[in-house]
Amino acid sequence: MTGLVVTGIGVVAPTGVGVEAHWSSLVRGEPAIRPIVGFDPAQYGVSLAGQVTGFVPADHVDPRLMVQTDRWTWMSLAAATLAAQDAGYTPPEDAYATSVFLAAGSGGNEFSQHEIQGLWAKGPKSVGAYQSIAWFYAASTGQISIRDGYKGPSGVVVSEGAGGLDSIGWARRVVRRGTPAVLVGGTEAGVTPYALLCQATSGRLSTATAPEDAYKPFDRRASGHVVGEGGAILLVEEADAARARGVERVWGEVVGHGATHDAHHHADPAPDARQYARAIQLSLADAGITPDEVDLVLADGAGVPELDALELEALQRVFGGRADPVPVTAPSSFTGRLMAGGSALDVATALLAMRDGIVPGTAYLDDPVDAPGLDLVQHSRAQQVETAVVLARGFGGFNSSLVLRRPTEERTS
Amino acid sequence: MTTTGCRVVITGIGVVAPGSMGREGFWEMITAGRTATRRITFFDPSRFRSQVAAEVDFDGRKLGLTAHEVFRNDRFVQMAMVAADEAVADSGLALGAGVEATDPDRVGVVLGSAVGATMRLEDEYVAVSDAGTHWLVDPQYASRFLHHALVPSCGATELAVRFGASGPATVVSTGCTSGIDAVGYGSQLIEDGDADVVIAGASDAPISPISMACFDTIRATTGNNDDPAHAARPFDARRDGFVMGEGSAVLVLEELEHARRRGAEVYCEVSGYANRCNAHHMTGLRPDGVEMAEAIRLALDHGRIDADEVGYVNAHGSGTKQNDRHETAAVKLSLGPTAQQVSMSSIKSMIGHSLGAIGSIEIAATALAVQRGVVPPTANYEVPDPECDLDYVPNTAREQKVDVALSVGSGFGGFQSAIVLAHPTRRTP
Repeated sequence: MTGLVVTGIGVVAPTGVGVEAHWSSLVRGEPAIRPIVGFDPAQYGVSLAGQVTGFVPADHVDPRLMVQTDRWTWMSLAAATLAAQDAGYTPPEDAYATSVFLAAGSGGNEFSQHEIQGLWAKGPKSVGAYQSIAWFYAASTGQISIRDGYKGPSGVVVSEGAGGLDSIGWARRVVRRGTPAVLVGGTEAGVTPYALLCQATSGRLSTATAPEDAYKPFDRRASGHVVGEGGAILLVEEADAARARGVERVWGEVVGHGATHDAHHHADPAPDARQYARAIQLSLADAGITPDEVDLVLADGAGVPELDALELEALQRVFGGRADPVPVTAPSSFTGRLMAGGSALDVATALLAMRDGIVPGTAYLDDPVDAPGLDLVQHSRAQQVETAVVLARGFGGFNSSLVLRRPTEERTS
Repeated sequence: MTTTGCRVVITGIGVVAPGSMGREGFWEMITAGRTATRRITFFDPSRFRSQVAAEVDFDGRKLGLTAHEVFRNDRFVQMAMVAADEAVADSGLALGAGVEATDPDRVGVVLGSAVGATMRLEDEYVAVSDAGTHWLVDPQYASRFLHHALVPSCGATELAVRFGASGPATVVSTGCTSGIDAVGYGSQLIEDGDADVVIAGASDAPISPISMACFDTIRATTGNNDDPAHAARPFDARRDGFVMGEGSAVLVLEELEHARRRGAEVYCEVSGYANRCNAHHMTGLRPDGVEMAEAIRLALDHGRIDADEVGYVNAHGSGTKQNDRHETAAVKLSLGPTAQQVSMSSIKSMIGHSLGAIGSIEIAATALAVQRGVVPPTANYEVPDPECDLDYVPNTAREQKVDVALSVGSGFGGFQSAIVLAHPTRRTP
């Protein structure tokens, strides 16, 4: 049986554009949660977000394409290019050999708000020709496929925050069925008035005005989360195919995935964390490993006390029997929650931790809650990571868990 | 890496379609060749170029939904819930709280939708922006269920909660192929051994001003407002665009042995599925149909089925100039000489094009055609187009034993999907 490897990472995130910029923000412990710019959010009871301030779309996207697309797609186009460059990937002669399989959670927010605004203020003729292709959830996948000439089986999965991991789970099915390379992950751009209002009605956003008070997963003073934008796109390849094209660097192997749904309530999480724990157990079984072999968990880190407690309960169910507590970190605390983009970015972060032997901390985790049997990581520290578990939950009860392993070649050196 | 080789069958079908009630009403309607396209009644369409749609006379409360379910969900989710209720009841599976006949951890949900809660999104926007007056929308006018209703994954959540399905769940949103892809992905969950049962289907409710306006500007929808009942004319030389539709179909997909053990009635087997992208244009199609042909060929390969076994093609047949030409070429390219004999029809001529939902509705129609030996017609077909020269089953349903049928779709973004259904008694060559 051959494996699936990550060979390229493209990051467009509040912590930086490009994988190294993002990583150095995390390692240095510099969160990117700041006052919202672009509009006044005061009436939504929210003042902070993780916005991608260093992103110049015109540096990455053809101006003719820019006018047809939303900021969300600009970020996806940029991240896809960065991932392919990072992998040294040039489209092979067989156009069917590459797929684009992304997650999406909110579509082209700003673009469509603008068009609906025009429709109601001025009438149907004010709606432009690109609304039909700019806002729907498949826009970024379609545009990447067209720009880069990828004709493989492409898709779009929507499971809110869990989407980034689920896209990798689906990519494994694509690879099993014979397509050797798939772009996965996703980005989001929902720091816009209407999209922010929608997210605020979830009741899960922090109303704090100081970054250090706002999004504090696993802290005793946790009071909700901060939204963010951006994400990551990664290139995953069938291992033999990657070797055959002479790939220079493998970031890591995707060795297990598990997904479940709480099936409990349309908004509230199940009170017993059973399905969340089961997703983790399914991913470990899929990887053929025991909980003892996991060196690091990148948690969902919702920042809502009830959700944090359920996550810790799920982790204790799975890892509670270990002699040494498993390190648990929540790097989304540096960027805010990016919906589908966030879990994809966490996969990038896990691979960086493996590369450098550095575990990033959890921003603003000053006073951790009690978590017996778990090691909540407050500050970045040196630690070898051979196997990491990345977790994500999606609003409504989606649970997803992905197991990554450091590449074999590097482990022996 | 390989799949487990589990085989997938359809054991339940539920449909919410324009002009009819439920699965049997839908089947009766499309085999009678009756059309459900009419002048739009949901809003005053007079300022729009295209003023015709296939609307569902839908009242969730009358179809078993609670007032809370109706209040918190967009129409697309409500339709999916009603279709899923019918499908699950039809399958005879005991799903839901307290019932352990099927392990709920082995039941998955895959729901397709191209545009999700677009109606609710627009209605709420009108309120919070005061009809487009304020860019900084006013939270005082927002529904407290705004987030739940607009996050597109809520469709999968509602179905998972409804049936206690704690296996893998997701929404698939690949534009107008969402409905085929959702059933394809659901089948993959079973093939790969990750579920025994998948509630799979799609739903869309896009008959709203913003959706009509955005297709108006690119002239994808029909301008034939004078004769709404005959506005959708797939493959006819006079076709001038698609008629917007809405609706949902949900299927119960089941692992073959699981279905056999409980003695379930099987409509058909899902024998193959594939999708490809054209990497050409977000809305444009090259006339050669190469990528759709590739998807068809791979879907047949997946089921180890030869092209000459295909007896029926349920076409995408949207009724745009370019689609019907593209699709005709793709079928010729993939099926070879069989294309000249195959029956091929578009039910969009009767129920319009419900974007992502239509793929699942068409799979439902195809499964029923295979089970019942009747092929639904293409309505409003009168004037042949030299570029579309296959047998489109004009206007009258045809009795025909179908061992293998194909349902295909094509969508914005360049997506091309194909799925193969086979009669349960088909002999494997």
